[in-house]
Amino acid sequence: MVELTLPKNSQVTTGKTWPKPAGAKKLTEFRIYRWNPDDGKNPRIDTYYVDREDCGPMVLDGLIYIKNKIDPTLTFRRSCREGVCGSCAMNIGGTNTLACTKGMDEVLVKGVVNIYPLPHMPVVKDLVPDLTNFYAQHASIEPWLQTDTAAPEKEWRQSKDDREKLDGLYECILCACCSTSCPSYWWNGDRYLGPAALLQATRWLKDSRDERTGERLDYLEDPFRLYRCHTIMNCAQACPKSLNPAKAIAEIKKMMVERQI
Amino acid sequence: MADSPQRIDRPLSPHLQIYRPLFTMMMSIVHRITGVGLYFGMAILVWWLLAAATSPSAYATFSAVAGSPIGLLVLFGFTWALLHHALGGVRHFIWDFIHGFGPERVLLAKATLAGSVVLTVVVWIIGLALKG
Repeated sequence: MVELTLPKNSQVTTGKTWPKPAGAKKLTEFRIYRWNPDDGKNPRIDTYYVDREDCGPMVLDGLIYIKNKIDPTLTFRRSCREGVCGSCAMNIGGTNTLACTKGMDEVLVKGVVNIYPLPHMPVVKDLVPDLTNFYAQHASIEPWLQTDTAAPEKEWRQSKDDREKLDGLYECILCACCSTSCPSYWWNGDRYLGPAALLQATRWLKDSRDERTGERLDYLEDPFRLYRCHTIMNCAQACPKSLNPAKAIAEIKKMMVERQI
Repeated sequence: MADSPQRIDRPLSPHLQIYRPLFTMMMSIVHRITGVGLYFGMAILVWWLLAAATSPSAYATFSAVAGSPIGLLVLFGFTWALLHHALGGVRHFIWDFIHGFGPERVLLAKATLAGSVVLTVVVWIIGLALKG
Protein backbone atom coordinates (compact mmCIF):
# COMPACT_ATOMS: atom_id res chain seq x y z
CA MET A 1 0.00 0.00 0.00
CA VAL A 2 1.08 3.54 -0.69
CA GLU A 3 2.20 5.21 2.53
CA LEU A 4 3.99 8.44 1.80
CA THR A 5 5.17 9.06 5.37
CA LEU A 6 7.21 6.93 7.73
CA PRO A 7 5.62 5.05 10.65
CA LYS A 8 6.09 6.63 14.07
CA ASN A 9 8.92 4.33 15.16
CA SER A 10 10.83 5.06 11.93
CA GLN A 11 10.89 8.85 12.01
CA VAL A 12 14.42 10.11 11.98
CA THR A 13 15.71 12.41 14.72
CA THR A 14 18.87 14.51 15.03
CA GLY A 15 21.75 12.57 16.50
CA LYS A 16 25.21 13.22 17.78
CA THR A 17 27.96 15.28 16.14
CA TRP A 18 31.23 13.45 16.65
CA PRO A 19 34.44 15.46 17.20
CA LYS A 20 36.61 16.36 14.23
CA PRO A 21 39.86 14.42 13.95
CA ALA A 22 42.66 16.44 15.57
CA GLY A 23 45.01 18.28 13.23
CA ALA A 24 43.13 17.35 10.04
CA LYS A 25 43.37 19.93 7.25
CA LYS A 26 40.94 18.57 4.68
CA LEU A 27 37.65 17.31 6.10
CA THR A 28 34.54 15.83 4.53
CA GLU A 29 31.31 15.78 6.51
CA PHE A 30 29.35 12.51 6.65
CA ARG A 31 25.75 12.36 7.88
CA ILE A 32 24.80 8.78 8.54
CA TYR A 33 21.55 7.03 9.50
CA ARG A 34 21.88 5.17 12.80
CA TRP A 35 19.51 2.79 14.50
CA ASN A 36 20.31 0.53 17.39
CA PRO A 37 17.87 -2.33 18.12
CA ASP A 38 18.97 -2.39 21.76
CA ASP A 39 18.28 1.17 22.99
CA GLY A 40 14.57 1.44 22.09
CA LYS A 41 15.01 4.86 20.46
CA ASN A 42 14.03 6.17 17.03
CA PRO A 43 16.60 6.25 14.21
CA ARG A 44 18.89 9.30 14.21
CA ILE A 45 21.39 11.03 11.94
CA ASP A 46 24.93 11.22 13.30
CA THR A 47 27.51 13.64 11.89
CA TYR A 48 31.13 12.61 11.40
CA TYR A 49 34.18 14.28 9.88
CA VAL A 50 36.57 12.27 7.76
CA ASP A 51 40.20 13.33 7.37
CA ARG A 52 40.67 13.11 3.61
CA GLU A 53 44.46 13.05 3.84
CA ASP A 54 44.25 9.90 5.95
CA CYS A 55 41.56 8.10 3.93
CA GLY A 56 40.94 6.58 0.49
CA PRO A 57 38.66 8.31 -2.04
CA MET A 58 35.59 6.07 -1.95
CA VAL A 59 32.53 6.35 0.28
CA LEU A 60 33.37 2.92 1.70
CA ASP A 61 36.85 4.17 2.63
CA GLY A 62 35.11 6.94 4.58
CA LEU A 63 32.83 4.48 6.39
CA ILE A 64 35.78 2.25 7.32
CA TYR A 65 37.71 5.33 8.50
CA ILE A 66 34.79 6.26 10.78
CA LYS A 67 34.42 2.72 12.12
CA ASN A 68 38.17 2.35 12.78
CA LYS A 69 38.99 5.78 14.13
CA ILE A 70 35.86 7.51 15.41
CA ASP A 71 32.94 5.21 16.23
CA PRO A 72 33.41 1.40 16.23
CA THR A 73 29.65 0.86 16.75
CA LEU A 74 28.81 2.05 13.21
CA THR A 75 27.37 -1.01 11.44
CA PHE A 76 27.39 -1.72 7.72
CA ARG A 77 27.96 -4.63 5.33
CA ARG A 78 31.01 -4.74 3.09
CA SER A 79 33.27 -7.34 1.61
CA CYS A 80 35.00 -7.17 -1.77
CA ARG A 81 35.54 -3.37 -2.00
CA GLU A 82 35.47 -3.57 -5.82
CA GLY A 83 31.83 -3.80 -6.88
CA VAL A 84 31.47 -7.55 -7.37
CA CYS A 85 29.86 -8.70 -4.12
CA GLY A 86 27.06 -6.17 -3.70
CA SER A 87 27.30 -6.10 0.11
CA CYS A 88 27.79 -2.36 0.58
CA ALA A 89 24.64 -1.28 -1.30
CA MET A 90 23.11 1.75 0.42
CA ASN A 91 21.46 5.07 -0.33
CA ILE A 92 24.24 7.60 -0.87
CA GLY A 93 23.54 11.20 -1.83
CA GLY A 94 19.89 10.32 -2.50
CA THR A 95 20.58 7.44 -4.90
CA ASN A 96 21.09 3.74 -4.31
CA THR A 97 24.60 2.60 -5.16
CA LEU A 98 27.61 0.69 -3.87
CA ALA A 99 29.74 2.53 -1.30
CA CYS A 100 32.89 0.87 -2.64
CA THR A 101 32.65 2.09 -6.23
CA LYS A 102 31.31 5.58 -5.53
CA GLY A 103 33.77 8.39 -4.91
CA MET A 104 32.99 10.74 -2.01
CA ASP A 105 33.36 13.77 -4.27
CA GLU A 106 30.77 12.37 -6.72
CA VAL A 107 27.97 12.31 -4.16
CA LEU A 108 28.35 15.55 -2.24
CA VAL A 109 25.12 17.43 -1.56
CA LYS A 110 26.05 20.90 -0.25
CA GLY A 111 29.45 19.49 0.68
CA VAL A 112 28.00 16.60 2.72
CA VAL A 113 27.94 12.84 2.12
CA ASN A 114 24.47 11.66 3.20
CA ILE A 115 24.11 7.93 3.82
CA TYR A 116 20.95 5.94 4.54
CA PRO A 117 20.18 2.23 4.36
CA LEU A 118 18.49 0.96 1.18
CA PRO A 119 15.04 2.64 1.12
CA HIS A 120 11.77 1.21 2.44
CA MET A 121 13.28 -1.85 4.09
CA PRO A 122 13.16 -3.12 7.68
CA VAL A 123 16.39 -2.05 9.39
CA VAL A 124 18.49 -4.65 11.21
CA LYS A 125 20.97 -2.07 12.49
CA ASP A 126 22.33 1.23 11.13
CA LEU A 127 22.99 0.71 7.40
CA VAL A 128 22.07 -2.98 7.37
CA PRO A 129 18.62 -3.70 5.90
CA ASP A 130 16.75 -7.00 6.23
CA LEU A 131 16.89 -8.57 2.74
CA THR A 132 15.01 -11.79 3.61
CA ASN A 133 12.03 -10.99 1.39
CA PHE A 134 14.30 -9.82 -1.44
CA TYR A 135 16.19 -13.14 -1.45
CA ALA A 136 12.96 -15.16 -1.16
CA GLN A 137 11.64 -13.37 -4.26
CA HIS A 138 14.80 -14.24 -6.15
CA ALA A 139 14.41 -17.89 -5.11
CA SER A 140 10.77 -17.85 -6.23
CA ILE A 141 11.72 -17.35 -9.89
CA GLU A 142 13.78 -20.57 -9.65
CA PRO A 143 17.09 -19.19 -10.88
CA TRP A 144 18.61 -22.40 -12.17
CA LEU A 145 18.64 -24.33 -15.44
CA GLN A 146 15.57 -26.55 -15.82
CA THR A 147 15.28 -29.15 -18.56
CA ASP A 148 13.09 -32.11 -19.54
CA THR A 149 15.37 -33.81 -22.06
CA ALA A 150 17.99 -36.19 -20.71
CA ALA A 151 21.20 -34.54 -19.57
CA PRO A 152 23.94 -34.66 -22.23
CA GLU A 153 27.09 -36.65 -21.63
CA LYS A 154 29.20 -33.53 -21.12
CA GLU A 155 27.75 -30.02 -20.88
CA TRP A 156 24.62 -28.30 -22.21
CA ARG A 157 25.85 -26.70 -25.44
CA GLN A 158 24.98 -23.15 -26.40
CA SER A 159 25.83 -21.21 -29.55
CA LYS A 160 27.77 -17.97 -29.30
CA ASP A 161 24.72 -16.04 -30.47
CA ASP A 162 22.50 -17.61 -27.81
CA ARG A 163 25.11 -16.97 -25.17
CA GLU A 164 25.19 -13.30 -26.16
CA LYS A 165 21.47 -13.01 -25.38
CA LEU A 166 22.39 -13.33 -21.68
CA ASP A 167 24.67 -10.29 -21.75
CA GLY A 168 23.28 -7.49 -19.60
CA LEU A 169 21.36 -10.06 -17.53
CA TYR A 170 23.83 -12.48 -15.98
CA GLU A 171 26.07 -9.75 -14.52
CA CYS A 172 23.61 -8.91 -11.72
CA ILE A 173 25.22 -9.15 -8.26
CA LEU A 174 21.92 -9.04 -6.30
CA CYS A 175 22.88 -5.92 -4.36
CA ALA A 176 19.20 -4.80 -4.25
CA CYS A 177 19.99 -1.23 -5.36
CA CYS A 178 17.38 -1.46 -8.15
CA SER A 179 14.51 -3.07 -6.26
CA THR A 180 14.78 -0.69 -3.32
CA SER A 181 14.93 2.34 -5.65
CA CYS A 182 11.56 1.45 -7.14
CA PRO A 183 8.49 3.29 -5.74
CA SER A 184 6.31 0.44 -6.96
CA TYR A 185 8.43 -1.98 -4.93
CA TRP A 186 8.17 0.37 -1.94
CA TRP A 187 4.36 0.24 -2.02
CA ASN A 188 3.90 -3.40 -3.05
CA GLY A 189 7.17 -5.13 -2.18
CA ASP A 190 5.27 -7.99 -0.57
CA ARG A 191 3.63 -9.01 -3.85
CA TYR A 192 5.57 -7.29 -6.66
CA LEU A 193 8.77 -9.22 -7.38
CA GLY A 194 10.78 -6.08 -8.11
CA PRO A 195 13.40 -5.26 -10.76
CA ALA A 196 16.20 -7.55 -9.48
CA ALA A 197 14.14 -10.75 -9.35
CA LEU A 198 12.49 -9.93 -12.70
CA LEU A 199 15.86 -9.25 -14.37
CA GLN A 200 16.93 -12.71 -13.23
CA ALA A 201 13.62 -14.15 -14.45
CA THR A 202 14.47 -12.68 -17.87
CA ARG A 203 17.93 -14.22 -17.68
CA TRP A 204 16.39 -17.72 -17.45
CA LEU A 205 13.58 -17.01 -19.92
CA LYS A 206 16.19 -16.04 -22.50
CA ASP A 207 18.52 -18.97 -21.88
CA SER A 208 18.45 -21.18 -24.99
CA ARG A 209 19.16 -24.28 -22.86
CA ASP A 210 16.24 -23.80 -20.46
CA GLU A 211 13.09 -25.80 -21.27
CA ARG A 212 10.62 -24.35 -18.77
CA THR A 213 9.93 -21.01 -20.47
CA GLY A 214 6.16 -21.61 -20.42
CA GLU A 215 6.03 -22.46 -16.73
CA ARG A 216 8.25 -19.50 -15.91
CA LEU A 217 5.91 -17.15 -17.79
CA ASP A 218 2.89 -18.74 -16.07
CA TYR A 219 4.38 -17.88 -12.69
CA LEU A 220 4.99 -14.25 -13.71
CA GLU A 221 1.56 -13.75 -15.35
CA ASP A 222 0.10 -11.90 -12.38
CA PRO A 223 -1.13 -8.36 -11.79
CA PHE A 224 1.36 -7.91 -8.95
CA ARG A 225 4.40 -10.13 -9.55
CA LEU A 226 5.14 -8.63 -12.98
CA TYR A 227 2.68 -5.91 -13.85
CA ARG A 228 3.37 -3.57 -10.93
CA CYS A 229 6.25 -2.33 -13.08
CA HIS A 230 5.09 1.06 -14.40
CA THR A 231 8.34 1.86 -16.20
CA ILE A 232 9.40 4.44 -13.62
CA MET A 233 13.02 3.48 -14.43
CA ASN A 234 14.68 4.36 -11.12
CA CYS A 235 16.09 0.82 -11.35
CA ALA A 236 18.01 1.52 -14.55
CA GLN A 237 19.39 4.71 -13.04
CA ALA A 238 20.44 3.04 -9.78
CA CYS A 239 22.12 -0.16 -11.02
CA PRO A 240 25.83 0.05 -10.14
CA LYS A 241 26.60 -2.52 -12.86
CA SER A 242 24.83 -0.38 -15.51
CA LEU A 243 22.26 -3.07 -16.21
CA ASN A 244 18.71 -2.22 -17.26
CA PRO A 245 16.03 -4.09 -15.28
CA ALA A 246 13.27 -1.88 -16.74
CA LYS A 247 14.16 -3.09 -20.23
CA ALA A 248 14.35 -6.72 -19.06
CA ILE A 249 10.86 -6.42 -17.55
CA ALA A 250 9.55 -4.91 -20.80
CA GLU A 251 10.92 -7.97 -22.58
CA ILE A 252 8.96 -10.28 -20.26
CA LYS A 253 5.80 -8.27 -20.94
CA LYS A 254 6.47 -8.62 -24.67
CA MET A 255 6.94 -12.39 -24.31
CA MET A 256 3.58 -12.54 -22.53
CA VAL A 257 1.90 -10.93 -25.54
CA GLU A 258 3.82 -12.94 -28.10
CA ARG A 259 2.79 -16.28 -26.62
CA GLN A 260 -0.88 -15.28 -26.96
CA ILE A 261 -0.62 -14.84 -30.73
CA MET B 1 19.54 -15.67 19.20
CA ALA B 2 17.69 -14.07 22.08
CA ASP B 3 15.60 -11.85 19.84
CA SER B 4 14.12 -13.28 16.69
CA PRO B 5 13.58 -10.64 13.96
CA GLN B 6 9.80 -10.92 14.42
CA ARG B 7 9.95 -9.75 18.04
CA ILE B 8 11.85 -6.57 17.30
CA ASP B 9 9.88 -3.54 16.19
CA ARG B 10 12.15 -2.68 13.29
CA PRO B 11 11.97 0.78 11.74
CA LEU B 12 11.31 1.21 8.03
CA SER B 13 14.20 2.95 6.29
CA PRO B 14 13.37 6.35 4.74
CA HIS B 15 12.27 6.27 1.08
CA LEU B 16 10.39 9.14 -0.60
CA GLN B 17 11.82 11.49 2.04
CA ILE B 18 15.41 10.95 0.95
CA TYR B 19 15.39 9.66 -2.65
CA ARG B 20 16.70 12.21 -5.14
CA PRO B 21 13.86 12.97 -7.59
CA LEU B 22 14.70 11.63 -11.04
CA PHE B 23 13.05 13.08 -14.12
CA THR B 24 11.59 9.78 -15.35
CA MET B 25 10.23 9.12 -11.85
CA MET B 26 8.58 12.54 -11.67
CA MET B 27 7.06 11.99 -15.12
CA SER B 28 5.64 8.68 -13.98
CA ILE B 29 4.02 10.45 -11.02
CA VAL B 30 2.66 13.20 -13.31
CA HIS B 31 1.25 10.51 -15.63
CA ARG B 32 -0.62 9.03 -12.67
CA ILE B 33 -1.85 12.43 -11.45
CA THR B 34 -3.09 13.48 -14.92
CA GLY B 35 -4.81 10.09 -15.19
CA VAL B 36 -6.71 10.78 -11.97
CA GLY B 37 -7.40 14.34 -13.18
CA LEU B 38 -9.04 12.98 -16.32
CA TYR B 39 -11.71 11.28 -14.19
CA PHE B 40 -12.80 14.70 -12.95
CA GLY B 41 -12.41 16.14 -16.44
CA MET B 42 -14.80 13.49 -17.72
CA ALA B 43 -17.38 14.73 -15.19
CA ILE B 44 -17.14 18.18 -16.79
CA LEU B 45 -17.62 16.60 -20.21
CA VAL B 46 -20.69 14.70 -18.98
CA TRP B 47 -22.11 17.88 -17.48
CA TRP B 48 -21.63 19.64 -20.83
CA LEU B 49 -23.43 16.87 -22.74
CA LEU B 50 -26.23 16.63 -20.16
CA ALA B 51 -26.68 20.41 -20.21
CA ALA B 52 -26.86 20.41 -24.02
CA ALA B 53 -29.49 17.64 -23.95
CA THR B 54 -31.57 19.12 -21.12
CA SER B 55 -32.57 22.71 -21.86
CA PRO B 56 -31.26 26.04 -23.17
CA SER B 57 -31.17 27.42 -19.62
CA ALA B 58 -29.11 24.45 -18.34
CA TYR B 59 -26.72 24.98 -21.22
CA ALA B 60 -26.50 28.68 -20.43
CA THR B 61 -25.57 27.82 -16.83
CA PHE B 62 -22.82 25.49 -18.04
CA SER B 63 -21.52 28.09 -20.50
CA ALA B 64 -21.41 30.75 -17.80
CA VAL B 65 -19.42 28.52 -15.44
CA ALA B 66 -17.10 27.17 -18.14
CA GLY B 67 -16.58 30.67 -19.57
CA SER B 68 -15.65 32.24 -16.23
CA PRO B 69 -11.94 32.82 -15.55
CA ILE B 70 -11.80 29.85 -13.15
CA GLY B 71 -13.77 27.71 -15.61
CA LEU B 72 -11.34 28.56 -18.42
CA LEU B 73 -8.39 27.76 -16.17
CA VAL B 74 -9.87 24.36 -15.29
CA LEU B 75 -10.56 23.64 -18.98
CA PHE B 76 -7.01 24.67 -19.86
CA GLY B 77 -5.68 22.31 -17.18
CA PHE B 78 -7.95 19.55 -18.42
CA THR B 79 -6.66 20.02 -21.97
CA TRP B 80 -3.08 19.77 -20.74
CA ALA B 81 -3.81 16.72 -18.57
CA LEU B 82 -5.49 15.00 -21.52
CA LEU B 83 -2.65 15.72 -23.94
CA HIS B 84 0.05 14.90 -21.39
CA HIS B 85 -1.60 11.60 -20.53
CA ALA B 86 -2.08 10.81 -24.22
CA LEU B 87 1.58 11.50 -25.01
CA GLY B 88 2.52 9.46 -21.93
CA GLY B 89 0.49 6.66 -23.48
CA VAL B 90 2.49 7.01 -26.68
CA ARG B 91 5.67 6.75 -24.60
CA HIS B 92 4.37 3.55 -23.02
CA PHE B 93 3.57 2.28 -26.53
CA ILE B 94 7.18 2.90 -27.58
CA TRP B 95 8.40 1.06 -24.48
CA ASP B 96 6.16 -1.89 -25.37
CA PHE B 97 8.41 -2.40 -28.41
CA ILE B 98 11.53 -2.36 -26.21
CA HIS B 99 12.68 1.08 -27.33
CA GLY B 100 13.56 4.13 -25.26
CA PHE B 101 15.11 2.39 -22.25
CA GLY B 102 18.67 3.64 -22.70
CA PRO B 103 19.99 7.09 -21.79
CA GLU B 104 17.50 8.47 -24.34
CA ARG B 105 14.74 7.81 -21.78
CA VAL B 106 15.27 11.27 -20.24
CA LEU B 107 15.01 12.95 -23.65
CA LEU B 108 11.82 10.98 -24.32
CA ALA B 109 10.37 12.15 -21.00
CA LYS B 110 11.30 15.77 -21.71
CA ALA B 111 9.76 15.52 -25.17
CA THR B 112 6.52 14.27 -23.60
CA LEU B 113 6.37 17.24 -21.25
CA ALA B 114 7.35 19.84 -23.88
CA GLY B 115 5.02 18.28 -26.44
CA SER B 116 2.05 18.38 -24.08
CA VAL B 117 2.60 22.05 -23.22
CA VAL B 118 3.08 23.11 -26.86
CA LEU B 119 0.05 21.11 -28.05
CA THR B 120 -2.12 22.57 -25.27
CA VAL B 121 -1.22 26.11 -26.27
CA VAL B 122 -1.80 25.31 -29.95
CA VAL B 123 -5.22 23.77 -29.22
CA TRP B 124 -6.24 26.86 -27.25
CA ILE B 125 -4.99 29.29 -29.88
CA ILE B 126 -7.00 27.43 -32.52
CA GLY B 127 -10.01 27.16 -30.20
CA LEU B 128 -10.04 30.83 -29.30
CA ALA B 129 -9.46 31.84 -32.94
CA LEU B 130 -12.44 29.76 -34.10
CA LYS B 131 -14.59 31.28 -31.34
CA GLY B 132 -13.61 34.68 -32.71
